[in-house]
Amino acid sequence: MSAKRGVVLYMHVHQPWRIRDYTVFDTAEHHDYFGSFTESHRNNKEIFEKVANKSYRPMTTLLKRMLDTHPDFKVSLSISGTVLEQAEAWGPDVIDAFRVLVKTGRCEIVAETYHHSLAFFYSRSEFERQVTMHQEKVRELFGVETQIFRNTELSYNNNLAQWADEYGFKGILAEGWDPILGWRSPNFVYKPVATKNIKLLMKNYRLSDDIAFRFSNKAWEEYPLTSDKYDDWLNTSLGPDGQTVNLFMDFETFGENVWEDTGIFEFFSDFVGRWLANPANTFYTASEACDTFEASDEIDCPDTTTWADSERDLSAWLGNDMQQEAMKYLYDLEQDILRTSDAELVSDWRRLTTSDHPYYMCTKYFTDGDVHAYFSPYDSPYEAFLYFMNALRDVRYRLSEHHKHGDF
Amino acid sequence: MHKHGQYTKSNAKQGEKLGCNSNLIIWAMNILMLGWELPPHNSGGLGVACYHLSKALAHAGASIDFVLPYDAHHPDTEYMNIHAATKLNPIHKFGLLGAYDSASVDEIDLNKVDMKDLQTMRGVQKRYVKFVEGLVKTLGAPDAIHAHDWLTMEAGMRAKELTDAPLIVHVHATEFDRAGSFGSGNPIVHEIEYQGLMMADHIVAVSNITKNIIIHKYGIPADKIEVLYNAIDPSSLGDYEYDGRTYNYLESLRSEGHTVVSTVTRFTAQKGLTQLLQGFARACEKYDRLVLLLAGDGEQRDELIALSAELGVSDKVYFTGFVRGKQWRDAYSVADIFVMSSVSEPFGITALEAAHYDSALIITKQSGVGEVLKSIFRYDFWDTDKLADQLVGIATSPALAGQLKRDIKNEYARLSWQDVAQTCMSLYGRMKVGVAA
Repeated sequence: MSAKRGVVLYMHVHQPWRIRDYTVFDTAEHHDYFGSFTESHRNNKEIFEKVANKSYRPMTTLLKRMLDTHPDFKVSLSISGTVLEQAEAWGPDVIDAFRVLVKTGRCEIVAETYHHSLAFFYSRSEFERQVTMHQEKVRELFGVETQIFRNTELSYNNNLAQWADEYGFKGILAEGWDPILGWRSPNFVYKPVATKNIKLLMKNYRLSDDIAFRFSNKAWEEYPLTSDKYDDWLNTSLGPDGQTVNLFMDFETFGENVWEDTGIFEFFSDFVGRWLANPANTFYTASEACDTFEASDEIDCPDTTTWADSERDLSAWLGNDMQQEAMKYLYDLEQDILRTSDAELVSDWRRLTTSDHPYYMCTKYFTDGDVHAYFSPYDSPYEAFLYFMNALRDVRYRLSEHHKHGDF
Repeated sequence: MHKHGQYTKSNAKQGEKLGCNSNLIIWAMNILMLGWELPPHNSGGLGVACYHLSKALAHAGASIDFVLPYDAHHPDTEYMNIHAATKLNPIHKFGLLGAYDSASVDEIDLNKVDMKDLQTMRGVQKRYVKFVEGLVKTLGAPDAIHAHDWLTMEAGMRAKELTDAPLIVHVHATEFDRAGSFGSGNPIVHEIEYQGLMMADHIVAVSNITKNIIIHKYGIPADKIEVLYNAIDPSSLGDYEYDGRTYNYLESLRSEGHTVVSTVTRFTAQKGLTQLLQGFARACEKYDRLVLLLAGDGEQRDELIALSAELGVSDKVYFTGFVRGKQWRDAYSVADIFVMSSVSEPFGITALEAAHYDSALIITKQSGVGEVLKSIFRYDFWDTDKLADQLVGIATSPALAGQLKRDIKNEYARLSWQDVAQTCMSLYGRMKVGVAA
């Protein structure tokens, strides 16, 4: 009777619209916050092209090969609207490559906010608009309906689960964080508290991070990680009655965060073969996992969790005054911005909602010299804040121009 | 020869007393320290750095003989023996012999210099060398000779010649730094620096900026140079409560919402003050409620006053003249933003003082102190638009200003002279072994 044990492999594809060195002298003069001509580490086009070459193209090729070779291989992807825009502009073949995966019927697209934003925590109406926008974009590009929801940075709480339940999602993703799980294992399907139909899949962060963060670390005692060893760990983790191992990570892990020369691609393909060599094993898409297994328990998560840092909270995005001010000023403009119906202005404002912007302003570990824990294209969090605020002031200026012309 | 230097291990009691790990190895070291100034008779950061370094070294077990070119009382220096090379009053130093005044040097060969002529830098330097010659004969060979800047390098080389002790040359500034962006400085001073750097057994540079100058301008191999950042001793800044009265007018502007930008420095080309004024004027184009306090004095003062008028901001720029004591501290305290605008600043200890007095910091990328601080804004000294953007950004965002002030306050205090002294002691140890071998 019992269903096979499965891996739910979910990967997140995203690039933000980084703000160039946008100064007070540009404000109310130029509105090209996201253009960049000189600063290569903030040049969105150059970065997209680099990541496309190092990760998107080789990894989609590898995933296609896995799908062709192994009938039981499955994968779930969420692709933010902002990276889709960039791919349409600078690498349409990348969209085609994802489309090829979706066409197999074994690659599920997961819903999220179009702009990879923290809108859920600021404005329910804007949040819903961004979710709808993303669903429309996915429909337009891939011709599929989304059934599973993940919020930005895997942020999650009871309210979000209840919202997603009412919205009609079949499942939602969250971090399998120990304080929430308690004695329970992340390797089961759960049901969020006070919901009707929705199921909850929780990331097995140890096994996920073994690949995403530790694979290339030569100081790690388990280095080098082989597919045999990893397969062993998955078997041990699942035990006799585990249901799924939820491996959630950034798509860019493959090739961009962990470079090709570490052997990450070979490891991945070896592991898929090794796992499926056991006939008791399979892969599930996220919605299949929700369909296959009954919820084994209820999960209560009143406080917001994320997949970031040892704290697993939002402090990397909203932990300091700069971040909180920037987001407050931004969302304060929502009603006025939408009322203008100025498509460019609305789009620019939405691009500023992307969570990467406040992340670049994070000072949490900055002074400890642990700069590498936080990747940022800016010299400092203060500089990131400066350019963001200059851009936001320019958005305000454009609003005031609308007011002057009586556009309302 | 090395009659003093014994390699001993501290007992636990001593380790405790020193506030350090009892397993730490304490070297009993006799150091001949060759300096040019100490507080309160200092005209800049060199004296401050020498004072704190010596104090921390003494706490770490070093016995220090510190030579100065003038004769004066220095409070709180009982931890070392101070030797005056001349009977000069320190007032001479601020007149004719500014510690940094290398422009008047016109004779490289000390043999040709009249030792009795204490009106010139070279005359004083010659007397200083003679004094050190006599001193090493009396004291015997030290475990290390530690010479600070070009001023004392010749004395350092002579002491090394006479005693065979290892010579450490500590570079707080080179002639390139002193020249600012205009020319490369006095070739005679360059030559003295070059000889000192060549003869030194090891070189200490106060930042990577300085290390790179030593490598690229003087052709010294990188492995001979160690970077040893300056630190700050907050307790030495004393108990002090800011009463807001010295710069009453600025405080009243502040209470009306103005942001006070300040710098405390010598008005010389090295400090990049013309660019600071230009950046400030640019910022005022975008945001009017800014004022600039220029605390200090120097040969550029009149030029800066004229420039501020030319830029149309003279109403917003305040010149204090030379400040000490409360006026000096208050110049930091009144500031919301402290700018270090130097064209070439080997370290820049005033930035740490500004952090202590709760200012947000903007520091040029050409200032070494920026290498050890994270919670700051940086800009290239010539990039006046960038400076203006940062000034306006901080002035218009209380969140940013508050964050910068809090973060830097957490950060600067971690730079400790004890750590600097420990590194220095182990360097002495390595040098001593190296020379003995």
